[in-house]
Amino acid sequence: MTRKMRRLAIVLACGAGLGSASALTLNAFSDNIVFFMSPGDIARKEPPTGRTIRLGGLVQAGTLHTARLDGQPTAAFKVTDGKTAIEVTYVGILPDLFREGQGVVALGTLEPDHTFHAQEVLAKHDETYMPKDVADALKRSGHWNPAKGAAPPASTWNSMTTASAK
Amino acid sequence: MDASTAIAAPQTGQPARRNLHRFANPGRFLRIAARMQPFLTIPAILLTAIGIGWGLFFSPADYQQGDAVRIMYIHVPMAWLATSGYAGLALASLLSLVWRHPLADMAAAEIGPVGATVTALCLATGSLWGKPMWGTWWVWDARLTSVLVLFFLYCGHIMLIRAFDDQERGYRAGAILALIGVVNLPIIHFSVQWWNTLHQGNSIGLTGSNTMSSRMLWPLFLSALGCTFGFSAIVVGRLRAGVMERRLRALLLAQAERAP
Repeated sequence: MTRKMRRLAIVLACGAGLGSASALTLNAFSDNIVFFMSPGDIARKEPPTGRTIRLGGLVQAGTLHTARLDGQPTAAFKVTDGKTAIEVTYVGILPDLFREGQGVVALGTLEPDHTFHAQEVLAKHDETYMPKDVADALKRSGHWNPAKGAAPPASTWNSMTTASAK
Repeated sequence: MDASTAIAAPQTGQPARRNLHRFANPGRFLRIAARMQPFLTIPAILLTAIGIGWGLFFSPADYQQGDAVRIMYIHVPMAWLATSGYAGLALASLLSLVWRHPLADMAAAEIGPVGATVTALCLATGSLWGKPMWGTWWVWDARLTSVLVLFFLYCGHIMLIRAFDDQERGYRAGAILALIGVVNLPIIHFSVQWWNTLHQGNSIGLTGSNTMSSRMLWPLFLSALGCTFGFSAIVVGRLRAGVMERRLRALLLAQAERAP
């Protein structure tokens, strides 16, 4: 074995060791690495009341109610992961992207009555990048309702132009 | 005295033994790199200008993000270069550690600052994008945090490789750090799949369906290609300057030794 091969073997062995160590560590800590809990996670393993957690999911269509209370905008809506939903209340200004069907991540506490009291609401957008005219055409033709779910893959609407949509 | 000995002599103190392990001839590298330089610089300027110009002014606005989506045409190329630049740094480190390639040592030293700059730009543009879209400049989710760790790895490498009086020891230590940091690359890439994050998932994949309109994909592709040429042009330029600086120092040293 030449010295070069020996050095290569040492580097590879260290790499394998380090790689598996990191994989095991990340796997062990995966509960802490997740940025938010879904409504299903909370239903399965309820966090103690008063502990600040992040709740993430989609704003359920038809559940958003906004009002003004003492000059402050307030919002009540349900966050769902498709199976379970949790009622969220929030006082403050919602982000521009906030709408029904949109992904959100809310920071707050779970109240004893199983509603979630949010102190901060962040909008989470998905990985779909679509021109406005295409989105309008898809919505008008009934192929896609943004409040109901994710957009179809780009290959199905890439050739679509403003002209063909009309 | 040929060029490679002139460069190696002041650093190692054992020119005869080092020469046995020598693969690259810095003189030949300088000749090839000088010829290559315009073929990197010119496409870099043209493609980046076309890609970013197209993206900023002629591509459609996004249906939900509006015009804010245009930050993507800078953010995504920077993110791509931050990670692929680190892969290049790790490759140079492997060549330096295992094959003791002298140009690889210098390449690792020159990739570091460029990589740190693009990573900083990736974080800055991402932050500027996050505020209007998500409603926050920064969150500690897995994607953002792992890219911040990448930035710290670059910074640590820049400092470590220059921290020793004996340059060879600096190269060795820097190479080990760079190779340890490779663990972070798959974490960055898969962070949006393994854990839930605020950052969205990948829109473009070699496998599976794209979720980005081709009217946005083309300018993004050109911008990323142009920035990649730009990154290579800057690294090659820095490497040429580094080789010439070493050569100059060796000549000055030889001159000083000859003087009475």
